[in-house]
Amino acid sequence: MSGVDYSPLVLSLKVALISTSIVFVLGVFFAHQFARKDFFGKSVIESFFMLPLVLPPTVVGFGLLILFGKKGWIGKLLLEWFDYQIVFTWIAAVIAAVVVSFPLMYQSASAAFESLDEKLENAARTMGASEWRLFRTITFPLAWPGVLAGLVLSFARGLGEFGATLMLAGYIPGKTDTIPMAIYFAVESGQMEKATFWVIIIVALGFSTIMWLNWWSKRNMRRFTNEKRNR
Amino acid sequence: MKSISQFFFFAVILIFVTGCTSKDETKDVEIMVSAAASLTDALNNLKNVYEENNENVLVTFNFGSSGKLATQLEQGAPSDLFLSASVKDMDKVTSLGLINEASKVNFTRNALVLITHTDSDLQMTSFEDIDPDNIGHFAVGEPESVPVGRYTKDVFDHLGMWNALKSHMVMGSDVRQVLTHVEMGNADLGVVYSSDAFISDKVKVLAEADPAWHAPIVYPGAVISEAKQPQAAQDFLDFLTSDEGKNVLKEYGFK
Repeated sequence: MSGVDYSPLVLSLKVALISTSIVFVLGVFFAHQFARKDFFGKSVIESFFMLPLVLPPTVVGFGLLILFGKKGWIGKLLLEWFDYQIVFTWIAAVIAAVVVSFPLMYQSASAAFESLDEKLENAARTMGASEWRLFRTITFPLAWPGVLAGLVLSFARGLGEFGATLMLAGYIPGKTDTIPMAIYFAVESGQMEKATFWVIIIVALGFSTIMWLNWWSKRNMRRFTNEKRNR
Repeated sequence: MKSISQFFFFAVILIFVTGCTSKDETKDVEIMVSAAASLTDALNNLKNVYEENNENVLVTFNFGSSGKLATQLEQGAPSDLFLSASVKDMDKVTSLGLINEASKVNFTRNALVLITHTDSDLQMTSFEDIDPDNIGHFAVGEPESVPVGRYTKDVFDHLGMWNALKSHMVMGSDVRQVLTHVEMGNADLGVVYSSDAFISDKVKVLAEADPAWHAPIVYPGAVISEAKQPQAAQDFLDFLTSDEGKNVLKEYGFK
C-alpha cells in the first residue's frame, strides 16, 4: 500500500477537531445558561437541540442543504454578500459534524451542570467572586468529568459522521473525502483492501483518542483532588 | 396499574395497525416483484393498468437498488419476478441458478442526459459543448460504484473530456443524489438517466448522450425459478414488453 492517498486522514482529523472545538464552546455555553433556569419554551428549545440525535442523517443533511444550499436561506446570503458557496467544501463537513455532535455535548454538559451542588457556588458568591471567576474556578472544574464525556462523544461522532456530510459536502476525491466516505465508496466498488486499510485507521484513531482522554482526565482529576487535600 | 393499562393500549394499537394491512381478499393470485428503484413511478402506473385488466391478480413490489435485490434473492427472499436495472446483477443471480433463464428479457432501456436547473441560463446543446472553464460544480455518479457514474465516465472518456472535467465533479452515492444536487442548484450541471430527469420538474434536459458513447443501459427481467406464481409472473413480464407496457414506460422517460 505505498500509493496511499492520506488526504482522508488529514481531512477527517481537521473536521473532527474544529467541529469538536465549536461544539465545546456552544454546548458548554448553552448548557450553563440553561442549567438552573426555567423559562417558557425551555423544553421546546432543548427538544430542538436534541433533534439531530433522533433524525436519520439524510434528513439532517437535507435540512442543512435547505439552509446552506445555493438557493437556501443562509446559502443565498453568503453567495450574495461574500460570493462564497459553502456546499461541497470541507467547511460544509464541519457544519454537518457540528450539528450532529452538538446534542451529545449539550446533553453531557447540562447533566454535569445540573448535578452540581449549588451551595458551593453560592458560598463563592458570598465571598465576592465574580460570575466569570465562579465559572472558571468552581463550576467548570466540577462539571469537567461530564463535559469531558461529551467532548469524547462529540469527537467520535464528528469523526464518524457520514450521511449528512455526504449530502452537504458532497464526495469530491482529494477535497471532501473524509475517512467514512473513503470507506463507503471503497466497499461499494469492491476495493476491500482499501476499505480495510481505512477501517483499521479509524478504529485505531477512535481507540487511541478515548485512551488518551481517559489517561489525561485521570491525571487531571488526581492533581485536582491532591490540590484540595494540600490546602 | 398504569403500566399495565399502557401495555394494553399499545397492544390494541398494534393489533389495529397490523389488521389494517391485511391484503385484499378478492384477489386470488399475488405476484411479488423485486424491482429496481428507478422503475418505481413507472411500475406503480403499470400495476394499476395491469390489475384493471386482470382483476384476480395483485401485484406487490419490493423496490431497492438492483445490487441489494440480487443479494436478497441470493438469501432466499420470496419473489416471483426480478426486474433489474443492471446486467451485472442479473448475471449474478443467473449464475447462481436463481432465475428461469428462458424467461430472461431486456424489457426496457434508458438514456443518459445532461441536465441543469430550470432557472439556469446555461446554453448547451450537447455533451461536447461543456466548457470546463465556465462551469461550477458538476454532479455525476461515483464511477467505481454507481452504475450511472460508470456510464457517465464511458461518455467523457469517449469524448476525451474526463480529466478536464474531473476537478469540477461532485460524486453522488446514487442517481437520485445527483439529481438532488442539480434540483437544489448546488451543482450547475449533472448527468442522470432520462427517466430521472423526466420525473423532476426542477431540472431541464440540455442534451442526450449518443448511445454509442457508453455501454447499453438495459433493464433485464426474469421469472424466479422458485416462484410461487411463475405463470402470473411471466404474464406480467410479457405485459411490460407489449405495446401497451412499452408506451407507459416511454411516458416515464424510458426508451
